[in-house]
Amino acid sequence: MDAPIPTLAQAAQALAARETSSVELTRACLSRIERLDPTLNAFITVDAEGALRSAEQADQARSRGEGGALTGIPLAIKDLFCTEGLRTTCASRMLERFVPPYESTVTARLRAAGAVILGKTNMDEFAMGSSNETSYFGPVRNPWDPARTPGGSSGGSAAAVAAGLCVAAIGTDTGGSIRQPAAMTGITGLKPTYGRVSRFGMIAFASSLDQAGPMTRDLRDAAMLLQVMAGHDPLDSTSITTPPPDYLAALERPVRDWRIGLPEEYFGAGLHPEVRAAIDGAIALYRELGATIVPISLPYTQHAIPTYYIIAPAEASSNLARYDGIRFGHRCDQPKDLKDLYARTRAEGFGAEVKRRIMLGTYVLSSGYYDAYYRKAQRVRRLIAEDFARAFRDHDLSVILTPTAPESAFPLDEKKEDPVSMYLSDIFTINVNLAGLPAVSLPCGFDFHGMPIGFQLIGRPLDEAAILTAGHAYQQASDWHNARPGNLP
Amino acid sequence: MSTESRYETVIGLEIHTQLATRSKIFCGCPNRFGSPPNTQICPVCAAFPGVLPVINKAVLDMAIMTGLALQGEIRTLNEFSRKNYFYPDLPAGYQISQFELPIVEHGFLMIEPEGGARKRIGITRAHMEVDAGKNLHEGIVGASWVDLNRTGTPLLEIVTEPDLRSAAETGAFLKKLRGLVRHLGVCDGNMEEGSFRCDANVSVRRRGETRLGTRAEIKNLNSIRNVMRAIDYEVERQIDLIEAGEKVIQETRLWDANQNHTRTMRGKEEAHDYRYFPEPDLPPVVLTVERIEAIRKRMPELPDEKLIRFQKDYGLGEYDAGVLTADREMADYFEAAVMAARPAEAKSVANWVTVELLGRLNREGMELGQSPVVAEALGKLTRMIHEGIISGKIAKTVFGHMWDGAGDPARIVEEKGLVQVSDQGAIEAEVDRILAAHPDKIAQYRSGKVQLLGFFVGEIMKAMRGKANPGVVNGLLKSKLDG
Repeated sequence: MDAPIPTLAQAAQALAARETSSVELTRACLSRIERLDPTLNAFITVDAEGALRSAEQADQARSRGEGGALTGIPLAIKDLFCTEGLRTTCASRMLERFVPPYESTVTARLRAAGAVILGKTNMDEFAMGSSNETSYFGPVRNPWDPARTPGGSSGGSAAAVAAGLCVAAIGTDTGGSIRQPAAMTGITGLKPTYGRVSRFGMIAFASSLDQAGPMTRDLRDAAMLLQVMAGHDPLDSTSITTPPPDYLAALERPVRDWRIGLPEEYFGAGLHPEVRAAIDGAIALYRELGATIVPISLPYTQHAIPTYYIIAPAEASSNLARYDGIRFGHRCDQPKDLKDLYARTRAEGFGAEVKRRIMLGTYVLSSGYYDAYYRKAQRVRRLIAEDFARAFRDHDLSVILTPTAPESAFPLDEKKEDPVSMYLSDIFTINVNLAGLPAVSLPCGFDFHGMPIGFQLIGRPLDEAAILTAGHAYQQASDWHNARPGNLP
Repeated sequence: MSTESRYETVIGLEIHTQLATRSKIFCGCPNRFGSPPNTQICPVCAAFPGVLPVINKAVLDMAIMTGLALQGEIRTLNEFSRKNYFYPDLPAGYQISQFELPIVEHGFLMIEPEGGARKRIGITRAHMEVDAGKNLHEGIVGASWVDLNRTGTPLLEIVTEPDLRSAAETGAFLKKLRGLVRHLGVCDGNMEEGSFRCDANVSVRRRGETRLGTRAEIKNLNSIRNVMRAIDYEVERQIDLIEAGEKVIQETRLWDANQNHTRTMRGKEEAHDYRYFPEPDLPPVVLTVERIEAIRKRMPELPDEKLIRFQKDYGLGEYDAGVLTADREMADYFEAAVMAARPAEAKSVANWVTVELLGRLNREGMELGQSPVVAEALGKLTRMIHEGIISGKIAKTVFGHMWDGAGDPARIVEEKGLVQVSDQGAIEAEVDRILAAHPDKIAQYRSGKVQLLGFFVGEIMKAMRGKANPGVVNGLLKSKLDG
């Protein structure tokens, strides 16, 4: 039994005080990965050699008195960030042997800040899924109960953080893929405002929705990572030019007299009573902290799922056209002709859920259907964004509080054959992506099975500071985020 | 009435102009033709997973400039769309283009077809898009190779109204448009290298009919001559079909220059559903009125404006002015030559450029850019004629030396001793000598055979190796013979 893996803030402090070294910390993570990951399957690729090399460099930098907040911190990266020279699969057979010739902006920024990359984490194939079961490399198991899902699509990153296989991890969120697994594994997961973090080098699922964010033990760690990840990138035309504020400073503000919105549509019949009870506890705590709880309505909420399942697959059907067996990735054997090359390469390379979404997206963009589906969905998307804007404005809200997911981690295989019930797992998170808002999920209790429950804080555009403040205030006053899976060796 | 004359031809064009930017449209790779395959590419060109496009601002500027030159409206809110289809030379599986909202709309270009009146050809739209790579088949057995060097080359697709009525008008339009884009410096206009490509939509209808006939889109037209030949062929084919009681079907046809015909490439039912949708990786580009006006200000003078100015300022006829303003290189050459001569000698410079220089270039099958005689040197040569240093005839000899690489005309004249002799005394001595040698001819002249003046001039010139100032020779001879 080895020493518990510290939080990022603790690790940074210990490294700065020379109480530990990056090599020591990295070895501890690698040893836990070696021991626990055969069960959890959180990593697709572990780069022990590269990680230790970076750790040594980090230690040397520290000994020269150099280095920043992340120097020597071992991180796990979702396997859809391109890492130069390090295999990047997107959990697909299509990219099983793909080694990118370039580095994503997010990982480049993390590396430049001194972070150590332990490896690439498992996920739903091309980030399409909510349970991590669509991965070509097999499902990730929840550290709280290996018979259950860790959520998805960033399930590997979530499980790695929850199980202490890394200090922190990076995920991506298109419809809830950071927040839902964070809730299901009892960690903190933050999706920034669309455009706050560069998408360059992030393998695209749905370009207008994808956003990278930190998956951490608490809000302080999230703030530390976000500070490094956020900022304009000239390589991403959708990245926001406004410079990011000091996120760590935002942590220290009180929430007294804050107005927190509670949308009635998020507390309806679909919400599991045990989840409801845990959320009520969080609401009560905010009252105690001096915040005002304001009932609000977001009437377009119910249209989120159909809207999302038009826009996201439409973009995906186009984004995934590049996997044609010609320049990189899987290629079928002995193609008869061009059509055969395309058809068999893609039939073999993509899994069922990816194919389902490509077909869905191709259909909604087809001539004659475009207006009925895609154009209408874009209109509804605007209405959903206006819903939030109106609520924030009319009720003078700082943040909106909702459940993250309608239920806690469900058993593996339970929803695998039922895509619609699987899609409903993201019902509380999808709106936020459609509106491009920042949101964070943080733990607030457990259900009868001992599975973690999370709640979501949603902020105004670019107001990551508000959700950091509110989330940190909650974590200062509660202990849920410190709970670790007890059954792990 | 002949069969042909009972029909009217209707032609609309789609022209793809490759914009001559330094780098590609969405990445930093050089925009260059003729490199070894796949040496001008990056992960963005090859559509690697995770890459994103960033618009090259020079593309916007060139598109604006072309739109202004075509008298079009420039859209201030520009959106890009994805045109989705699978093909090996299209690495992303979609082409980034403009669909619903093109940067240029409602423009026009005036043409002057040979033997016809000036005509206004409407420009429906012009939109920015990205070029694809190339599939290579030649010399490869059992496979095709893909060269992505061209991927990412910026294109401006210019679409005309169906305003053209003949191959001749179409040829005139393409020459005019090619001249314009070259003149603006936005495209080199090279049809063989594919930097200026044209697809023609051709249909016919009975005269008097207002509805359009069913059209065929003709591709693979790599020269203006081929465009014109393909149209002639296609018009005949369609009329034959209709006359035979058959129907023209809507399809894409390929021009085969060797077989001199068009053939079916794909029918309407095989047409792609491109599933256009707004490109989510590129936010709409907003062009300010200030930016558009700034481009208007720094635009080079347009060929039509130049045509008028050349006639007014240089006193040229419409024909010469037309030849000299057909493209910017020619106009610049002419004006540089005039600078080296004198404005008053512009007409003479125009003659030297259009007759001697272009004649020689044509004979040698060369382009103006390859001319061994630079504009300044030609201007100097003209000036030497006007200053009486050399005669027009000698100037042609000097021009020959210049063409052969001898360079500066003044030096040639000096080295070869070609300076014109205008010295009265020297010429008079020679005149006297010749007259003295031909008393019989003098008598004949004086008895009315005045054409013998030419004989005397010739003899004197011969004796003076052509260097005598012909004016002086004439004057002296006349005064001596008639006096």
